[in-house]
Amino acid sequence: MPSFAVEVSSLAKYFGHVAAIENVNFKVESGSITALLGGNGAGKTTTISILMGLLTPSKGDVYILEKNMIKDRYSILPNINFSSPYVDLPHRLTVEENLKVYAELYSISSPNERIQELANRFDIEALLGQKTGQLSAGQKTRVALAKALINHPQLLFLDEPTASLDPDTADWVRRYLQEYVAEKKATILLASHHMGEVERLCDTVLMMRDGGIVDTGSPKELLKKYGRQNMEEVFLDIARNRVQQVVTNG
Amino acid sequence: MDRSTRTFPLSPRRIFGMVRRHFYLLRGSLPRILEMAYWPTVQMVIWGFVTQFFMGHSSWVANAAGILIGAVLLWDLLFRSQIGFSMCFLEEMWSRNLGHLFVSPLRPYELIISMMLISFLRGVVGLLPSWILAFVFFEFSIFSYGVGIVAFFSCLFVMGWGLGMAVIALVLRFGLGAESLAWVAIFAFAPISAVYYPVSTLPEWLQVVAWCTPSAYVFEGMRSVMIDGIFRQDLLVGAIFVNCVYLCLGALIFAWSFFGARQHGKLLQMGE
Repeated sequence: MPSFAVEVSSLAKYFGHVAAIENVNFKVESGSITALLGGNGAGKTTTISILMGLLTPSKGDVYILEKNMIKDRYSILPNINFSSPYVDLPHRLTVEENLKVYAELYSISSPNERIQELANRFDIEALLGQKTGQLSAGQKTRVALAKALINHPQLLFLDEPTASLDPDTADWVRRYLQEYVAEKKATILLASHHMGEVERLCDTVLMMRDGGIVDTGSPKELLKKYGRQNMEEVFLDIARNRVQQVVTNG
Repeated sequence: MDRSTRTFPLSPRRIFGMVRRHFYLLRGSLPRILEMAYWPTVQMVIWGFVTQFFMGHSSWVANAAGILIGAVLLWDLLFRSQIGFSMCFLEEMWSRNLGHLFVSPLRPYELIISMMLISFLRGVVGLLPSWILAFVFFEFSIFSYGVGIVAFFSCLFVMGWGLGMAVIALVLRFGLGAESLAWVAIFAFAPISAVYYPVSTLPEWLQVVAWCTPSAYVFEGMRSVMIDGIFRQDLLVGAIFVNCVYLCLGALIFAWSFFGARQHGKLLQMGE
């Protein structure tokens, strides 16, 4: 029996009378990389915020690492982490200072060694003494990933993990994430608009539109189902609600 | 099991981590340190000279030399305590760091405790130069009045934290548009805190309001020590009691606001 790092059932979030997400159900298998895809306003950020405990759902259940996120939040948080362009690390602190602070917050046993290890991994050794606000967008992304991995998370939420990275570094980061998942038996749930990345990295894709999951499957299954050559075309079919038409014609 | 997977209801390490974060911020910015010390020092110098002037023109001030300087230093301590506390939270909002913090195992009450510690450190760093200058130029030391004064000024720190919790709760609830509250909220308490005049100066109905502020007990207590040389325990007990009410109210308002922020998704969105 596979175990699930994330189990979501009947999840809904209303802001006033507006449903940001409604009747969302899905499972993410442990040790997998899963993409949550959808156009702007599809409900990805709302869903991920609920999974991380930053947003309280209006309805439904969320189990993270087999624990109830609403009731056992603080026993889950040490085992998860995230990186998102919606949040920053304090700009006036150096990269090393920021990583040291988060090493304390996650009670890392040998913080200096861990920071050095991450600095080597993400090639940010030369940046450790620089103020975080002075970094380029690509450098910030690498530092944010280093912070996201500081506690060896069993579940990692990544929003646009390779945004602003040059193709070479982005490729390297993807390879690292695959290695990390394989080595630590960790799980990654990522949101990305880079369909090539999704095709290469992800075992499963969850497609969202109008606050609900409208399709799910491996990239290969979805390509076959929609009769498309690449995930970008599948994404457009779903985002533009051409699903019925495409599947019917197919 | 990695240590990082264990959870503790109250972790000194996480609290220390947040103190460390603000220590780094201050260490890396000399202008911030200067700004913290600037206003208390200017205030103290002005009121020091005012005191010198009144010494020759007012028997009341002549009998209680230093009472104005003492009042200024203690009022500034209250202001620094509240602003120091509020600024810690505003810094997190300005740097869009709240999302990171609340996905980490840091509990809201650990954040509050860390902000109290940082506020204390900021208060000491900001006020120390003015205390030293008061001693050097005007031969005034607040500590020469004994432990009683120290107990009273501890009460001002605590009052600042209670108000600070209410202020950051409002900022969390209404957004950064409400941040100016952090700077001005405390001044609503100035007229009824009896900083420069006794509570009895106020109209009767306002005296009732004044006795609902810990600061009124503190400043009355300060005058009692400095003018009559009497440490009034009843005023200290009153200040502690009202402070407990302020802390509880502040914590409740913050909890309400934090709960609301999680309902409305503000922890991820807030920032400049």
